[in-house]
Amino acid sequence: MINITEVVETNEMIEKENLDVRTITMGISLLDCIDSDLDKLCDNIYNKIYDSAKDLVKTGDQISREFGIPIVNKRISVTPIALVGGAACKTPGDFAKIAATLDKVAKAVGVNFIGGYSALVSKGMTEADRLLISSIPEALSTTELVCSSINVGSTKTGINMDAVRLMGTIVKETAKATKDKDSLGCAKLVIFCNAPDDNPFMAGAFHGVTEADKIINVGVSGPGVVKTALEKVRGQNFEVLCETIKKTAFKVTRVGQLVAQEASKRLGVPFGIIDLSLAPTPAIGDSVADILHEIGVEHAGAPGTTAALALLNDQVKKGGVMASSYVGGLSGAFIPVSEDQGMINAVEAGALSLEKLEAMTCVCSVGLDMIAIPGDTRDTTIAGIIADEMAIGMINQKTTAVRLIPVIGKGVGETVEFGGLLGYAPIMPVNQFSCDEFVNRGGRIPAPVHSFKN
Amino acid sequence: MNKTIITVVGKDTVGIIAKVCTYLADSHINILDISQTIVSGYFNMMMIVDMAGTDKDFNTVADELESLGQGIGVVIKCQREEIFDSMHRI
Repeated sequence: MINITEVVETNEMIEKENLDVRTITMGISLLDCIDSDLDKLCDNIYNKIYDSAKDLVKTGDQISREFGIPIVNKRISVTPIALVGGAACKTPGDFAKIAATLDKVAKAVGVNFIGGYSALVSKGMTEADRLLISSIPEALSTTELVCSSINVGSTKTGINMDAVRLMGTIVKETAKATKDKDSLGCAKLVIFCNAPDDNPFMAGAFHGVTEADKIINVGVSGPGVVKTALEKVRGQNFEVLCETIKKTAFKVTRVGQLVAQEASKRLGVPFGIIDLSLAPTPAIGDSVADILHEIGVEHAGAPGTTAALALLNDQVKKGGVMASSYVGGLSGAFIPVSEDQGMINAVEAGALSLEKLEAMTCVCSVGLDMIAIPGDTRDTTIAGIIADEMAIGMINQKTTAVRLIPVIGKGVGETVEFGGLLGYAPIMPVNQFSCDEFVNRGGRIPAPVHSFKN
Repeated sequence: MNKTIITVVGKDTVGIIAKVCTYLADSHINILDISQTIVSGYFNMMMIVDMAGTDKDFNTVADELESLGQGIGVVIKCQREEIFDSMHRI
């Protein structure tokens, strides 16, 4: 039988160390909604999502109540809209109408984000893909809850540099379209390499075509729990350090597994995966950078940071994999700047640069995340940063992503406030040298060789 | 069997256990185990109870215990046993 020490330990994790389940995300296939009539298509989408997810928030809240564990977000991911809207949409405005439908139904069922305003263009773009991408600035500036992601490369296909170049411009246009809100639109737009089909985390969640009709995916969290556990093993060797992270990750993940199974049972929707990511929030004590500090670097970004992050990420996976029957999604430590107080402190102290962040993304998911850059950064420079990050994903057979926010009207040294879970961020300097000739070449970077690994 | 863990945390005072037990008895909730300790100067009690015999639903019991706790200056939480089982047992 459970003893009082175990009960106290669990409840301290919840009450003092910010243990929570970060998100229950219901993936919904919209392939059966396809119609060549746009109004009919929008009706089908609204009805399918409403019917599938109307009890999602209520069920999440009830599970939270019964187990005493906060479930922070309830969300929906859908089939990439470029596939769903291809038959009906003839202009970017047509696609934006689908975005408005998604926004409306998300509000009606009470979720806080809906992901899947997406296109998968790792090798080439269809006309529908191109129209959807062109509609992103309008779609993200006229909706609140819709998130967009574009997969522009993969290990199997190489990198679609035409799409990378285009996204450089789209990111900038989205920033301009939402400039009165500090370019917030860009916080809802992710560019991926090797995007997973079952990611529950926003802004990059979509319901891949390899998935079932409906699925429940759960994202766990718990940086604060790992940090607190590590406080007890200060000064001890790597064996002790790694064992401690592994055991903690196991416990955290078991809670996610329980919540996922309960949600799946109560909603009558199959359980998909647990995403093992350590996802920080701006709350004090809920920071991945603080874990790195506890491991032994003065600030995130100091020499040793990449190694510390690599071991952290690997131990979280080792502990988490055993705790869950199915693991998927992104599963790694997130290092968003604005959503992590320790990362913000590191940038403000001058310890952390964009280049060091790029190095850190080689050993963890998900990439250059929630980084505010000067609003006058050129489209081609943004495309160059995207290309670098995609190359890391392609060569290392892992997911990488870019979520940059060029804050229109602001420059280095200023800060930008997004509010809520998105936090605030100091604007970081960007390398000023040009990559115009590189990103303007056009075409694709070929898929890498899968042997001779060094 | 419908096991729930009730935890009571707060400043020690006369009659905490009596009040909680009276409420449980009135609600036909059977106590399976009680343990108590002092953690950093605070009264800490855990009860494992079986809610199979009560007519009240989980939310009602949790709400009523919460307000009972407020009345005597302690925090009372109700959680289904599975969260502790899954975290601490393989």
